[in-house]
Formats: sequence, structure tokens, C-alpha cells
Amino acid sequence: MAIRLGDPDVPQMDLFRSEQMCLVQLIIPAESAHETITNLGELGLLQFKDLNADKSPFQRTYANQVKRCGEMARKLRFFKDQMTKASISVAVRSAAQKDLELDELEVKLVELETELLEINSSSDKLLRSYSELVEFQLVLKKAGVFFSSARSTASAYQRELEDVSSSSRDIPMDIPLLLEQEMQTDPSKQTRLGFITGLIAKTKVAAFERILFRATRGNLFFKQALVEEPVLDPATNEKVEKLVFVVFFSGERARMKVMKICEAFGANKYPFPEEVGHQAQMIDEVSTRLAELKATIDAGSRHRDSMLSMISYQIEPWSLMVRKQKAVYHILNMLNIDVTRKCLVAEGWCPVSAKLQIQDALHQAAFDSNSQVATIFQVLHTKELPPTYFKTNKFTGAYQEIVDAYGIAKYQEANPGVFTIVTFPFLFAVMFGDWGHGICLLVAVLWLILNERKYGSQKLGDIMSMAFSGRYVILLMAIFSIYTGLIYNEFFSRSFPIFGSSAYHCSDATCSQSSRSGLIKTQSSPYWFGVDPAWHGSATELPFLNSMKMKMSILIGVAQMNLGIVLSYYNAKFFRNELNVWYQFVPQVIFLNALFGYLSLLIIVKWCTGARADLYHVMIYMFLSPTADLADNQLFWGQKYLQILLLLAALVAVPWMLLPKPLILRKRHLQKLQGRAYGILGGSDTDSVDLDHGNDGDHEEFQFGEVLVHQMIHTIEFVLGAVSNTASYLRLWALSLAHSELSSVFYDKVLLLALGYKNIAVTIVGFAVFASATIGVLLCMETLSAFLHALRLHWVEFQGKFYEGDGYKFQPFSFSSIAKEED
Amino acid sequence: MYGFEALTFNIHGGYLEAIVRGHRGGLLTAVDYNNLCQCETLDDIKMHLSATEYGPYLQNEPSPLRTTTIVEKCTQKLVDEYKHMLTQATEPLSTFLEYITYGHMIDNIVLIVTGTLHERDVHELLEKCHPLGMFESIATLAVAQNMRELYRLVLVDTPLAPYFSECITSEDLDEMNIEIMRNTLYKAYLEDFYKFCKKLGGATSEIMCDLLSFEADRRAVNISINSIGTELTRDDRRKLFSNFGLLYPYGHEELALCEDFDQVRGVMEKYPTYNLIFAKLSYGESQMLDKAFYEEEVKRLCLAFEQQFHYAVFFAYVRLREQEIRNLMWISECVAQNQKSRIHDGIVYIF
Repeated sequence: MAIRLGDPDVPQMDLFRSEQMCLVQLIIPAESAHETITNLGELGLLQFKDLNADKSPFQRTYANQVKRCGEMARKLRFFKDQMTKASISVAVRSAAQKDLELDELEVKLVELETELLEINSSSDKLLRSYSELVEFQLVLKKAGVFFSSARSTASAYQRELEDVSSSSRDIPMDIPLLLEQEMQTDPSKQTRLGFITGLIAKTKVAAFERILFRATRGNLFFKQALVEEPVLDPATNEKVEKLVFVVFFSGERARMKVMKICEAFGANKYPFPEEVGHQAQMIDEVSTRLAELKATIDAGSRHRDSMLSMISYQIEPWSLMVRKQKAVYHILNMLNIDVTRKCLVAEGWCPVSAKLQIQDALHQAAFDSNSQVATIFQVLHTKELPPTYFKTNKFTGAYQEIVDAYGIAKYQEANPGVFTIVTFPFLFAVMFGDWGHGICLLVAVLWLILNERKYGSQKLGDIMSMAFSGRYVILLMAIFSIYTGLIYNEFFSRSFPIFGSSAYHCSDATCSQSSRSGLIKTQSSPYWFGVDPAWHGSATELPFLNSMKMKMSILIGVAQMNLGIVLSYYNAKFFRNELNVWYQFVPQVIFLNALFGYLSLLIIVKWCTGARADLYHVMIYMFLSPTADLADNQLFWGQKYLQILLLLAALVAVPWMLLPKPLILRKRHLQKLQGRAYGILGGSDTDSVDLDHGNDGDHEEFQFGEVLVHQMIHTIEFVLGAVSNTASYLRLWALSLAHSELSSVFYDKVLLLALGYKNIAVTIVGFAVFASATIGVLLCMETLSAFLHALRLHWVEFQGKFYEGDGYKFQPFSFSSIAKEED
Repeated sequence: MYGFEALTFNIHGGYLEAIVRGHRGGLLTAVDYNNLCQCETLDDIKMHLSATEYGPYLQNEPSPLRTTTIVEKCTQKLVDEYKHMLTQATEPLSTFLEYITYGHMIDNIVLIVTGTLHERDVHELLEKCHPLGMFESIATLAVAQNMRELYRLVLVDTPLAPYFSECITSEDLDEMNIEIMRNTLYKAYLEDFYKFCKKLGGATSEIMCDLLSFEADRRAVNISINSIGTELTRDDRRKLFSNFGLLYPYGHEELALCEDFDQVRGVMEKYPTYNLIFAKLSYGESQMLDKAFYEEEVKRLCLAFEQQFHYAVFFAYVRLREQEIRNLMWISECVAQNQKSRIHDGIVYIF
């Protein structure tokens, strides 16, 4: 049986109270366990409790299966990786394919992986020799250039030398001497001049050259040429920018050193033939081999691509299946296993309304798995607080999110989400009242909603996905701000006489005096909807609008706070907490309404009668000298006595809130202590098993001091909060003022100024600035700031009055949520 | 000497301190170790680690695992974190972070040089090097024949170059020389690091100097114990001790004279902090000394996190992570070799 609270005769509102939940126990025969959990996952209405919390993951019964699923998921990731490398996209499942069993799938995956690995390793080998050959070819070409250019300069020098020696005897003395010296040294000390050619990564070349220089003590000649395009490195198979180098050195020891250094730097050495004829021959050879290899590699990659594209058709269903199986085994790991009776015991929460569906799913599972025994389904009694579950749809979901972001509602607590659906967009619109901007917002959000299906299926950016998930909130926000914009009569800060003509007229035809002496009211009835357009641009525009919006903010605020307090009454009534009704709700209502309810009353009376009373004065002197004569500020007969009465009521309400509740709790506690020896025997239901679930609420220590301090904090918070929260609602006025002023600044100082020049270029620039300022500042930033302020008003001022928000969310085991999450 | 470092520390160091403290939260706890100790196979270890921060590093490893793979991947995580912090760091924190790796550089150099001496393949040796201590031209070390060449060819480019001033000789490299080189380098490194931390001032200098003193003392004790019965003379031994720390200078004089383990013990028991460590060991037992020192070190490193606004947390974090990797290696080895009874001997619990 569920924890049933509240009056049965009060009709249940779907969203107002969270679903009734019950703790159920399933005793599942081992042979149908997997099938059962799968069916429940399809249904997605049962939240399992972890009954093996004390065991580490690998000590649990189905740890091996989870491991197997992990291994399969790894293989699938490997395939996906290979597919992205081969730039094959994941294909949408074309036709209904037959579902494989998990074991079959595992075998198949192993086969595919080994095959793919084989193909890869062979193609890697081929690719390696291919890229080695490419490098060799590069070396042949580039180094060939060095040698031929060196040869030509050398021969030129030789010729010059011969010219010099043969032609003239009258050259300076030192040249022949030098020559002689050279002649002498060369043949005697000549060691074999060796060289090494190869390729090295561009980033390493500086260090390489430095080390070579040091190792050979400078006895080397290093020449390098950049390869224009990045080359595939044979070792790592990555594209790297490389250089062809030639190192000349002398001596065998130097050769050893250079070889070692080359190896250390990962420079690939290639033999370079010295004779020119040989070079050409090698180039030919290399290019023919390259062509052959290329054909082989192409064939291999075609084979691999065809295999991968075959996989690509199935990888989505496969990985979904593996994820589902893994989730099923995770759940199975959470169950208690009774070895002797060969069954598994599960416990979990489900909505009371879903009991039948769950039982159907259980029967189906037992039938499908040919189990002789059906799963036993029974409801447990518990004192644990059930999870909170609201059935939301795509419209209400976003509003519920706003509430949930503050805190998940306590089980069956009054849900502010219901009211948020209307009040949130409305408070937003009060701050964002401009029907021009509202229409812009509406167009944007309608675009999102009409393309819902398209955007819903694809991944969006951070900000975009936020806007998308809140699209229905924004929709109402836009519609409401068109409404308030019509009331404020503002369209991009302009006003239009849409609802008939203005009630005011200028005193003369030119209207030259209007800003100084004001207008003359000509019609007896006021402008019939919203603010009269005549106010716009007049000298008294701001004082009028400010007074109106300020008073309106207070009215809205007092109304919403009263709603919050009334909801606390519904909570108290629902949870049968008489104390909260009489010692919390009643004094709170009295306190708030004696002060600010009265203020609201004065505002309305003043509006209706058109009196000139000063409300500040009335409110302040109500406290300072309640008995003094009101004089001009009297709005109605008996106001003075009413004020004294209200003041007294407010003063009484404070100790009323503070003292009785803790005292009564203490008295009850003492009574319970006296009567502890006797207990009331409760009637037991025959069809349910009673299990003791740990801590009983009764054993809690009662500490009077703590309760009193808690109540004191609560009282002080409420009393101070009544003032500060009312003041807080003035943000409605402030933001609305800021919005209209900003938009009129943009209109007057940018657009009108630009139009004033009567120059087409200036007009275009001016319009562009106006448009971007309107979109950037007013439509984006102002929307955000008004949103945040509306959020605060809901979280602090409204929900603070009644909302506990200390529940936890119902998270059923469901395949549909698994399918959504990407690994 | 506390300055107003708390006022300005967060301008440059705040982000990284937050990062490193976040990383510290990811260190395995005693509960994790208990679970790991119950593992039957290396796959169990992988499964358990995949629930920790190591998860993303191990998840793509195919199933027959080896100990080296686990250790390699775990080290990879440390290296990635270190690299991230290094790229974000500004002076003087970046220099401080670089100092942390010099110890590994010295170890790597010694590894490669000894390896080449025994004619191992350079690439095989490179794989064994600690990735934190890698530098560009490390592979070229194999070319050198003696200390002078080693210095002139390769090390002159590395930050270790100044430490070499004391050990440039033209002698050929042999085991003994290399070991002396390692210790001389280490001594110079520790002294330099000590000086650097002193210069930083504030809580950094206070905590780091304490940690480095402990390190220096530990090395002094290890050198003394290892050089017993070798041809190393007393003066040479004395020269390898770093010139700071609790034991400096009188303890060093005494350690230089020690002839066996019990004499070392006698010297150390005069110092209250080390007395506690040696009191845990029974007489004549020197194998457990390493573990006792590690435990003491871990205790001190953990304490470094108790203060805010200093750089020692980075040092402490890297060291603790290394200790954790050593623990994981020990556990995996024990599991792989079916020596589960000895599993608790090698673990140094961090939290």
C-alpha cells in the first residue's frame, strides 16, 4: 500500500502533487530474470534499489557479464574509430534486421575484430614499406639536386682554377702557395669522405644539426632541403613535415657516431648511389615498385572499406543493444540473490498507477521465458520517503525544470511548477513589455518549435540547446510580453493609438504648449486598453509610468506572496499538520495582509477614486503615530481605526508565529514519553508483507531548544522577508523602466539621428547599428536579465513561502533514457 | 616570514591550485585499495579502476591486460595532468613545475647510459624511461663514451647542465661512475631546488624546504647503506650528501663513518623524527626501510595540502600520484603472479 495522505475527496491534479509511489518487491525466478528486467526496462516505470551496496562491482554476481559487455563496447568503439579514420559515416538502419542474441553478437564481434586487425596489420606493413619507398624517392630527388649542383660548381671552380694557372704567371704570390699547400695536404691526409642521406622531421632538425656538429667537432658538412608536402612517417603513420638532409663527414668513427645520432633522432637513412647512372636506374626501380605497392594497398583498403561499410549499417543497433544489455546486468547486480531457492529479489519504487502495467510486463516475461513460476509481485510497507515523480510532457517539462533546478519537491508536496507555467512568463513580460520585441521573440521561438523534430534529433551547441529545451517557456514569454507591451503601449519604444483615439488633446492647434501646460482631457471615458498614447513624449510621461508600474509591482508581488502562503496551507492540510495551519499559516496571512495587503487596498482605492492622498505618508505614520489625524490623506471613512486594528493584528501575529508551535510540540513529546508503555495495535493488511526498514521516525530525539531556535529563525525570516520581499518585487518596475528607456535611447539617438541626415549611407549604417543593438542588447541580454529576475522572484519570493524542495527525483530504469545518452 | 601572498596568490596561482586540489580529490582512497586488493585478475583491477579517474585511460585497452599497460596508462594520466598544469602556469610556478621533473631526468639519463653500457637497444630503453623526465635529445645519450662527451654532446642543452660541473671527468663510464654521477647530480639538483624554494619565500619555502630536507636525508641514509662494503671512500661518500637537511652537517660526518646498518641506525636514532621510523624496524632489518620512508614521505606530502597559497601542493600531488602508481604496480604484480598474500606489504596508503 502506498503512503496515502490527504483528503480522498479532493480531486488529484496531475502536476500539483507528485504521483503516488509505492515500494514493491519482486521475487523473480532465476531463469526468467534477464527477460523480466529487459521488459521492465522497456516499460521504464520502476526505480530499482541497490540491495548490494556493500559489495564492490567485481564481487557481484553478474560482474562477468558486465565485463563482457564492456569488452564488446570497446570493440564497437574500435570499429567506430576505424570508420572515422576511413571516413565512413554511420549509416541509418536501413531495414529491420533480425536481432542477434548477445552471445552470437559477441562471437561475431570477435570475428570482425580479428579480421579487421589482420587487415590493418598487413596494410600497415605495406603502408610502411610504401612510405619508406616514398621517402627514398624524395631522398633520391633532393639529394640528386645537391650533388648535381655541387658537381657543377666544382667543375666551374676547376675550370677557373685551370684558367688561372695556365694563363698567367703574374698573379700574386700567395695563391700558388696556397694551391701548393692544398696539393700537398690533400693526398697525404686524405681520409675517405663519407656521407649519409636521409629524412628527418622538421621540428627536430635544429637539435639534430647541433648535436651532429658537437659530436664530430665541427668536421662535417650538413645540407638540407625542405620537402614541400608533409610526408607519411613510416614508423607512426602520420603526416609530418620533413627535410631531406645530407651529412658529409670523414672517418669511420664519425660514421658510427652519425649513424647513432640518426637513429636517436628517428631520422630515416637511405643509401644514395654515387654514380649518376646508378641514380637514374634506382629512381626508375623505386617508382615501379611504388606503383605495384600502391595497387596492393588500394585493393586492401577497398576490402577494408567494404567491411567497414557493412559494419556501419549495424553498428548503431549493435551498440544500442550492448548498452541495453550492460544496463540490464547492472540492474541484475543490484538484486539480492537467493541461492537455495534459485530466485532473485528486487526492490524498487514505482508509481501506484503503474502497478498493473508492471504486472503485465512480468507476466509477459514469465510467459516468454517459459518459466514455470511467475514472478511474485508484492507491495512493501516502508517509512522511507518515496521519490518524487511528476508526469510532465514537452510543454510542462521545461517549467518543471525551472522548479527542479531549485530543489526537487518533497514527496507529494504542492508543486509550484503548476503556477510557474503562467506566473513565470507573466513576471518576465512585466519586465519585458514591448510588443515589437515580443513579436521578434515570438518569431524566433516559433521557428524553433516548428523545426522541433529537426533540432531535436541533432546535437546543438550549449546556448542553442538551452534555448531549444526552453522553447515553450520562451513561447509563453513572448506571447505575454506582446500582451504587456500592448498595455504599456510600446512598439520599439513608439506608441500607437491602436485601441481608439487618445482621451487627451492639445489645448491649441500647434501643440506648442503641450509639454509645459499639459493636455486637455476631451473624452469622459479613458483610453480603453492600456496606456493612453498621449502620455508618450510628454513631460509627465516618466512620473506617470513610474507611479503606475511601481504600484502594479506591489500588487503583483503581494498577490504572488499570498498565493505562496495559501499553498503552504494546502501543504499543511494535505500532510494533516494542524499546527502549521493554525500557528503558521493564519498568523502569516494576517501579518502580510495587515501591512502590505492594506497597502494594496490603498493603491486600488486611490486608483478608483482618483484621490490625492500620499501613500508613503499613510504607511509610515501608521507605525510612527497610529492615533494621529490623517487629514488630507484619508481615503475612506474609519481608516484610522482600521489602521490601528491592522497594526495590532500584525503585532499579535509575530508572537503567534513564534511561540505556540514549539510549546505544543514539547507538550506532545512529554505526553508521548508518559504513554510510551502502551502502543496502539495497527490493523495489518493481509495481502502485504511488513518489512522493517531501518530507522523509525519516532526514535528521534526531541530537543526543545533546537525547535524553538528553528521557529525563531523562521519567524524572523518571515517578518523581515515580508518587507524585503515586497521591496524585491519592485524589480519588476525597475527592469521594465530600464527596458523601455534603453529601447527609446536606441530609437531616438540612433535611428532617428541617422534618418535626420537624409543620406542613404548614413541611414543604412544607422539602421544596422539600431538593429544590432536591438537584437544584441534588448532581445538577448535584456531577455536573459529579465529571465533571471523572474527566476529569482519565483525561487526566493514565491517558493520561499512554502516550498521544502528536499525530495529526490524518480529515476526509473528505462531503455529510452539509455538510448538517448551517447557514450 | 609570511608576506601578503594570500592577497595576490590567486591572480596567477589560483586556477592551478584549484586544479591540483581537484586532482588530489581523485587519488585512490583506502576503500579503493581494499577493493583492489580483493581483485582476482588484472581485468578486475581494470574494472575497478574504470570507476575511478583512470577510467578513460584504460577503457580502450583490449582484454588480456599486462601490468606494464596498467602502469603505463596510469602514468599517462599523471603526465597529461602535469602537462596541462605546466602549459597554464606562469613564472615562477612554471619553473617550479619544471624542477619537479629534473629528478626523473637524472634517472632517465642514468638508465640510458647504463643500458648502453650493457648494449641494450636504445628504443627499448626509451620505452622504460619515465615520461616526465624526457627531453628532446635524450636518445643521443647512447653516443657518448665518457662523462665529458656526455656533457658536451647532450646535456649542455638540458636544464641539468649546471649540475654537471662537479662530475666532468674523462674517465670512461662504468657502473660505479654512473652511480656516483647519479648521486652527484641528484645532490646538485636538490641543493638547487632548495635554493630556488628558499628564494620563493612564504609558505612555499617553508613547506618545500621541509620536504626537500626529508628527501635529502633519505638519500643520505640510502647512500650510506648502499655504499657499505664498496670501494667508495669515506670522503667520497661524504661528498655525495646534499648540504642541507636535518642531518647536515653533523649527521653527515657520522654517516660517512658508518660501516654497517646498525651503525646507521645508531646515528639516525639521535634524531627524533627519524627515531620513529627506525623504531618500527627490528634490528638488522633493512628491507622495510624503504617502505617506512615512503610512508613518512606520504604523511608529509599529505600535510602540504593543509595550507593554502603555496606551490608545494604541486610537488606533493605529483609525488603522491607517483606513489599511487607504485602501489598500483605492486598490486597488479601481486595479482598477476598470484602472490596475493604479500599484497598488503607493498601498499603505502595515501588517505
